[in-house]
Amino acid sequence: MTLTEVREVSGQAGDFTVRLLEHPRYVDMDKCIACGECARKCPKKVDDEYNQGLGKRKAIYVKYPQAVPLKYQIDPENCIYLKNRKCGACVQACPAGAIDFNQKPREKTVRVGSMILTPGLKPFDPAGIRTWGYDVFPNVITSLELERYLSVSGPTEGRLARPSDGRPVKRMAFLQCVGSRDLNKAGHGYCSGVCCMYALKEAMIAKDHEPDLDVSIFFVDMRTHGKDFERYYNRAKEAGVKFRRCRVHSLEPAEQNGGVYLRYITDRGKQVGAEYDLVVLSVGLETPPSAAELAGRCKVGLNQNLFAERGGFQPVQAKGRPGMFVSGAFAGPHDIPQSVTEASAAAAAASLPLARVRHSLTREKRFPPERDVRGEEPRVGVFVCHCGNNIAGVIDVEELAAYAAKLPKVAHVERNLFTCSQDTQELLKKTIQEQSLNRIVVAACTPRTHEPLFKETLKASGLNENLLDMANIRNQGSWVHQAEPEKATEKAKDLVRMSVAKVALLTPAPPLTVEVKQSALVVGGGLAGLVSAHGLAEMGYPVHLVELTSRLGGSALHLYQTWRGEPVEGKLDSIIRKVTSHPLITVHLNSKVSGAEGFVGNFLSTIQGPQGETQVEHGVGIMAVGGRAHKPGEYGYGEHRRVFTALEFDKLHTLGDSRVRGGKTFVFIQCVGSREPERPYCSRVCCTHSVQAAIELKEQDPTRKVFILYRDIRTYGQREEVYRRAREAGVVFINYDMHEKPRLRLDNPDMVEVLVWDHVLHEPFRIPTDVLILATAIVPNDLNKELARIYKLPVDADGFLQEAHAKLRPVDFATDGLFLAGLAHYPKPVEETVTQAQAAMARAATVLAKTRIDLDSIKARVIEERCDGCALCVDVCPYHAITLEEVQGEPGRKLVRIEAAKCKGCGCCQATCPKLGVEVAGFTYEQLASQVAAALA
Amino acid sequence: MAFEPKILAFSCNWCSYAAADLAGASRMQYPANLRIVRVMCSGMVHPNLVMEAFSKGADGVMVLGCHPGECHYLDGNIKAQARLAVVEEMLDAYGLEPERFRLAWCSSAEAERFVEVVTEMTEAVRGLGPNPFRPTRPEDAQEVA
Repeated sequence: MTLTEVREVSGQAGDFTVRLLEHPRYVDMDKCIACGECARKCPKKVDDEYNQGLGKRKAIYVKYPQAVPLKYQIDPENCIYLKNRKCGACVQACPAGAIDFNQKPREKTVRVGSMILTPGLKPFDPAGIRTWGYDVFPNVITSLELERYLSVSGPTEGRLARPSDGRPVKRMAFLQCVGSRDLNKAGHGYCSGVCCMYALKEAMIAKDHEPDLDVSIFFVDMRTHGKDFERYYNRAKEAGVKFRRCRVHSLEPAEQNGGVYLRYITDRGKQVGAEYDLVVLSVGLETPPSAAELAGRCKVGLNQNLFAERGGFQPVQAKGRPGMFVSGAFAGPHDIPQSVTEASAAAAAASLPLARVRHSLTREKRFPPERDVRGEEPRVGVFVCHCGNNIAGVIDVEELAAYAAKLPKVAHVERNLFTCSQDTQELLKKTIQEQSLNRIVVAACTPRTHEPLFKETLKASGLNENLLDMANIRNQGSWVHQAEPEKATEKAKDLVRMSVAKVALLTPAPPLTVEVKQSALVVGGGLAGLVSAHGLAEMGYPVHLVELTSRLGGSALHLYQTWRGEPVEGKLDSIIRKVTSHPLITVHLNSKVSGAEGFVGNFLSTIQGPQGETQVEHGVGIMAVGGRAHKPGEYGYGEHRRVFTALEFDKLHTLGDSRVRGGKTFVFIQCVGSREPERPYCSRVCCTHSVQAAIELKEQDPTRKVFILYRDIRTYGQREEVYRRAREAGVVFINYDMHEKPRLRLDNPDMVEVLVWDHVLHEPFRIPTDVLILATAIVPNDLNKELARIYKLPVDADGFLQEAHAKLRPVDFATDGLFLAGLAHYPKPVEETVTQAQAAMARAATVLAKTRIDLDSIKARVIEERCDGCALCVDVCPYHAITLEEVQGEPGRKLVRIEAAKCKGCGCCQATCPKLGVEVAGFTYEQLASQVAAALA
Repeated sequence: MAFEPKILAFSCNWCSYAAADLAGASRMQYPANLRIVRVMCSGMVHPNLVMEAFSKGADGVMVLGCHPGECHYLDGNIKAQARLAVVEEMLDAYGLEPERFRLAWCSSAEAERFVEVVTEMTEAVRGLGPNPFRPTRPEDAQEVA
């Protein structure tokens, strides 16, 4: 349901009635083939929102080439016909008759059990605020505009030029925190959390385009707290991007050359100025008014930052509104990995209460039994699509069809105005059956969009879906050779000849399915493991939970509050109770996984426990073995009785230790063991933790002196609120550099003397301290490496488990059926751990919800008579799907064996085998070679 | 009639094949000399397949894969790069110019890059003249006449 908005919600969790309003698209989605003829003929040009208004689109348009669904729409505000009933150029142009000006807004009502709200964000608009000069100087642009300028599909095709005069940009400056961390000008106290990283990325891309480009980033704190972000920051420094810790207070026009002049203060306190060709405002994120309205209609509460109210232990649940869940930028200023993780978590949380009625509305599609074509001579049917005029307007389709008819093994050729239309599918089905065709070539558009449709038609006509090949004569033919119709026709003949040659060699592949053991193994009994184990059990799946120690709870046992101040202990106890008392959960304490085999749906793991080994079968596995606090070898730790790690301090503080209770001066040192050459990552939680602890110390006794010595304060997102409160409470923040770390004098057992360079006064500063707290790094457990070996999982350079894709698959491993959550992945606070655990459980449930999983038919297989067991393919397989095994009854003879469920069909084995002894179905050496031969015939 | 090279590209389904589709959707124009063989990964292309194309008369052959680090199958493209190094040696043994073979990276969004690579390759091969192993084709008759 696109172009649709929620008008009204009634009812309650488990039974909501939602009134929807669908706005007209004025294009029939079933008919539109996205050829773009309409937009070419449309006379009305409009500023293109996608290109930030830097380019033009038409009144009939698709937002961007990758839009889903790829269907055009008419913008009623700008359409000449809808305004004045004149024009209609698109109606004339559309070859498919898809334009429908009679569409009206339609109301719909749906009944649902849960709702997920993800209305997204709006970039902060810096217009009208003089300081930034956005609407004053043409060479001041926003980061989103720069993004479009840098994109090859953008308005300047990736060329970086000054908007004022098109001259090349030699010097560029980014101003950070525009619209973020700024109550004064922007009304936003929070940190937007994403701008530091995107500024680094844009700076690096710009330097890629223009290696001599001089780029400066003016920042307050560089917040690269995500996985691998710090490394990227270090790379940017090495690449010559300049970092200036300073808020620029004003922009002026440069005296000559049309540039922009910035005045700023260096870190040594000197006021200087510099001229830039282009100034980029790193704008923050905010909730758009439409999202706030949606929240109102759904009775979902927003906080003072206009993000959805949530709690740390139910991070995707709208606070006080059961049945409503939130994720993405509506839940807070989150980056892509966090948003994607939350989306999965919201799916899990929303489906949990509905587990009882799962599948009750599912309808299954049925196909006729498959005709056995083995042993039949190939009878190829070629269907040539005109695609309206898209193909037929360039390629001589009559000649092409006549040519195809003469090709060997071709039994039938026909042309269709639109081979993809619904009525043609019926025709295709009839023709396949009447003509007893057993191989099909569709010469039309790209298999990337239309192959699934034609596969369905083959199945519906009783043919195996793999007996199909598409000749891409539109996207890679008529559209790209519009001025050369003869050459395009010749090329189309070649492409059809190649397809016919290949399709004749295709063999029916039986659908591959594997059974799913509908149970889970969760490794690690910390917060992440507890949450995912409990969730899966609540969904009805048996779970084995394996914990190395004698106690559940993991690192969370050492935490006493979340950043919002919610106590951890009670919540943790409650979930431990729920887990231990759940009938579907088997807890294995003092245990670890010692071995495993199998694949998605069918794992067999060995658990080594106090009573010996147990083997468990499970369909999925979640790796959540946690992390631990780094024990520092510096700052007098272990030598002086007044030096503690943050976790030790928390414990002493809670217990009322006299050193803390009576202490008057406290110093926190940040980044102890983090962001160091041997550990080049940020531990993400320590800044917020220290700041919070500092506030408490001040609240208990305002006369206490509390100092935080930091490199960058990384109270990202809405945690910025805590940082602001600490400064209001009088906590003193002193910035130090890696090469000028604080120094200590430890000779007095009742006091630690801290020496640091004061970044404001620019002189050394001596702090006699009662308690020194070291904000130590979070490091991965050694168990990560063990699990990696057992399940063949990747571990990153820092020892954390490596997900399949940092942004798009943040809780999956590349190996199907295995997932990860918690500190084993990267340092993270309680609410993000819970979110990730829920996400892992959602991803695991996608496997467990089925009794069988269909596997893609593109799989490698061994040709036994050619395989001589050299095993070269075993090493190149990225998925460990190939093993070398002795042939039964023939001692000494070895062959490779492929586990179809693990194989993804990349064919690295096929290209490595010197004997052509392994091949990928649908892309065998013979099939590819037949295409090569046909292309050159 | 001027020499029109025939160029074969083994194109990865996830990147360059999609870029070629996008080039079409954006109506970018490039020389009609290219014939694409769709593969699931550049790592699937056996060096023999490339040599077979040359022996059957391809004037140029390309293997187009994902940028390093972006492979759909973890690192098939890197394996392709390592493995296809042998093609250059074989070309030398065959007495063919190394410029007739090219391994290039191109993401699914880089339609411009796809067009650029194809155009460059076509022009380069046009400059080299026909593959000496190329069998006589009907269109060559006019050239002789």
